[in-house]
Amino acid sequence: MLASLGLSSTAELYAHLPGEALLERDLAIEPGWSEYEIVDWFRARGEANTRFAASFLGAGVYAHYRPVLVDTVVSRGEFLTSYTPYQAEIAQGTLTTIFEFQTMVCQLTGMDVANASMYDGSTAVPEAALMAMRITGREHVLVARSVHPEYRQVLATNARNQEMTVDEFGYDPETGLAGLAGLEAKLSAKTAAVIIQSPNFFGCVEQVKSLAELAHKHGALLVVCFAEAVSLGLVKPPSEADIVCGELQSFAISPSFGGPFAGVMACKEKYLRQMPGRLVGQTVDANGNRAFCLTLSTREQHIRREKATSNICTNQALVALMATVFMTVYGKEGLRELALQNLSKARYLGGKLRRRFTGAYFNELVASPASGTVAEANAKLAARGILGGLDLERFYPELRGNMLLCATEMNKREQMDIVAEVMGA
Amino acid sequence: MIRKTRLHLVQNEGLLFEESSPGKKAYQLPDLDVPAVDPAAALDGQAREEIEGFPEVSEVEAIRHFTRLSTYNFAIDLGMYPLGSCTMKYNPRVNEAVARTEGLAWAHPYAPVEHIQGCLEVIHRLEANLAEITGMDAVTLQPAAGAHGEWTGIMLVRALLESRGNPRKKILVPDSAHGTNPATAAMCGYSVANIPSNAKGMVDVAALAAAVDEDTAAMMVTNPNTLGVFEEQIHEVARLLHAKGALLYMDGANMNALVGLSRPGDFGVDVMHLNLHKTFSTPHGGGGPGAGPVAVKRHLEPFLPSPRVVRRDGRFEVEENQPLSIGKVRAFHGNFGVLVRALAYIMAHGGPGLRRATADAILNANYIRTHLAGYYELHTEAPSMHECVFSDDKQSPKGVRTGDIAKRLIDYGFHPYTVSFPLIVHGALMIEPTETESKQELDLFIDAMKSIAREVEEDPQLVKSAPHRTRTPRVDEVLAARKPVLRWRP
Repeated sequence: MLASLGLSSTAELYAHLPGEALLERDLAIEPGWSEYEIVDWFRARGEANTRFAASFLGAGVYAHYRPVLVDTVVSRGEFLTSYTPYQAEIAQGTLTTIFEFQTMVCQLTGMDVANASMYDGSTAVPEAALMAMRITGREHVLVARSVHPEYRQVLATNARNQEMTVDEFGYDPETGLAGLAGLEAKLSAKTAAVIIQSPNFFGCVEQVKSLAELAHKHGALLVVCFAEAVSLGLVKPPSEADIVCGELQSFAISPSFGGPFAGVMACKEKYLRQMPGRLVGQTVDANGNRAFCLTLSTREQHIRREKATSNICTNQALVALMATVFMTVYGKEGLRELALQNLSKARYLGGKLRRRFTGAYFNELVASPASGTVAEANAKLAARGILGGLDLERFYPELRGNMLLCATEMNKREQMDIVAEVMGA
Repeated sequence: MIRKTRLHLVQNEGLLFEESSPGKKAYQLPDLDVPAVDPAAALDGQAREEIEGFPEVSEVEAIRHFTRLSTYNFAIDLGMYPLGSCTMKYNPRVNEAVARTEGLAWAHPYAPVEHIQGCLEVIHRLEANLAEITGMDAVTLQPAAGAHGEWTGIMLVRALLESRGNPRKKILVPDSAHGTNPATAAMCGYSVANIPSNAKGMVDVAALAAAVDEDTAAMMVTNPNTLGVFEEQIHEVARLLHAKGALLYMDGANMNALVGLSRPGDFGVDVMHLNLHKTFSTPHGGGGPGAGPVAVKRHLEPFLPSPRVVRRDGRFEVEENQPLSIGKVRAFHGNFGVLVRALAYIMAHGGPGLRRATADAILNANYIRTHLAGYYELHTEAPSMHECVFSDDKQSPKGVRTGDIAKRLIDYGFHPYTVSFPLIVHGALMIEPTETESKQELDLFIDAMKSIAREVEEDPQLVKSAPHRTRTPRVDEVLAARKPVLRWRP
């Protein structure tokens, strides 16, 4: 090859680089390893993490069973090693699955349209807030303290350099639900959006309808986000919301230390043009057959540049495909049954513990050990092979002594009995 | 002549919702070992009716559905995917295997630190490797994709300038830049000023000198730029910016041209992002997931997103307390599974191997450039790095445009190159073969491109109406946008 270019060494290919830009040495990274050495190194890192027989830790990252079909499908090179489907003629596989994904997200959330995915739940929240600001022409965002703390932190980072101001409103100390009185006191003609989470960070199912009415009374939009997608199998969809965003990790996406996950963005039809991210639409091909393609891209950065609705480009397509396969495998009946198992297990566990809040909950709950600290209770659980709950003091100093516990279909009755025993209820 | 492809049988497949019939299912759950509760009562009246329209298929129907759909896709596993600036290189499968290592795939980010030492070591090691590769001082792995990394990087710029008393007003962007650059600047509250390119396709340094002032926060430069040309005056660009107190941001989309050869930290870059799903071979997955780590010089380190992973006395810790941090840009620790894959890629290559891969990527691009130069109009005489850019000037007099040539290339068994980008080249063909293509595949590609050039002369209509050999012929994108149908309805 070099000879056909009239060259004698590859170094001549980059000899034109300014001398001061050329690295005169090898990178200080060990010479290449064999496949076995690589696999072995990562296996050892996996073992350096503690493996638990059971986990009751949720808080935005849930342990749900992953049907085998999911990895079977996403391991196909045609899905795994393809690019964003800009060339529709040779990307109908990806485009069709995204269209199905958008449809299923709408069916689950009660919204009219959904995009092809966002990075994750935490980054979908600020995108929803910005969308609401564009729609209302207002700049003030009210977010419930019962929204995932890290989602709120990401929102705060986004607000730093946008024309967005963020204020928080509290939760009812008895029910654990978003505080209506606190919200009403802060709502004004400047409020672009009220952002809540349901089930909220404490696991409680919010009264979406009354929150929507309150927001709408002041001309604000209601943004409902969710972190535990399995709840949508049993809990009423947030149809009264204007924008729904959230996290699909529960749908066969490994916890994987927090990512990659898949974010959701869905809304009412009338807000479609303000939606960020990619959209797949139905059309026809030259033979008149149904076909799909990326569409409405005039909202996006590669066309509109600095006037785009967002700078998002790469999203989470393959992870969204995992969720699509998951929704297909469980289907209409299965998602309901799965959700019912989660609800029933959490109720079994909650019934044995000293619960902090009275609000109706799905598969997470706040409880306190009868004696000792949360850290001590978790240490006792760890000694018995169980990963305990999240110490809520980390994010809510006023909830010191309480932990957030999650029960899913993967938790067995005996394991829950151990938790109850350690918690001394 | 088309040597690489012939037609084969393809199955038709409807949408899941159309294939569903009541009662079919593809799942099994264990029997419930606790009493089942009544959802209506337990959820305080908030239980839903059934999910209308949701799929109901059997397991074999599910697998056939997705397998059939998969066969409608082109993929790297099927052939060369020379999308310029996208770096569609082979995705080694060992990376997939290690990302599924049980102890890593099931690790919870909120587990106490003593239980997640393995994950933290992965993060720590990858950060160190990327700092060495870029010549920068510190790295955050949290951004979820390139555009997210850009946003994080410009937020850091703003935070540093604010700490000096003035965030300033504008970001300079070359006219050859990716669309994400100006979109990012706008998202960070900056106005955008375009800097023209000179005849060689490089930043016009005189125009930059005239534009940069005390209102300039930073310039976002892609190097090599989107023409695949190394910015030979990059030191001067950095000097001009720094003299006015502005910063140099580098878009690392084209880092595959530099790894092991040249380090942005050594040519004046203050802050940059990498695309692990480009340079470091993590699979693109039909549009993601990616990861967009940001690397910075020491003066920007205090502002990096929280948390940081630090090593103290041989033990890894998560440091949340950073008073100057811009805050969190994403929950948890970023797209960890993507980070695992990228680290495995770096391990497999090692320092010398990374440099060789870069040299091979440059060789492959120049091989294509040399062998197609007589058939397509080369945009610039400046030497190419990892990609080369032609225009359709030789073909457009026949009414054939770059998009048509791209579609005809599909018939020959190749994914199209990047079409009509960069915007400064009228009718651009942007070709990036990457290092993982063999000479045989490159020769087939070159033959295909030459053959299409001949077809343009002899039968332009054949090219204009391509593709002819795909299951789906040209798709009506105008109709899709005019009457949006974004979901299935019964």
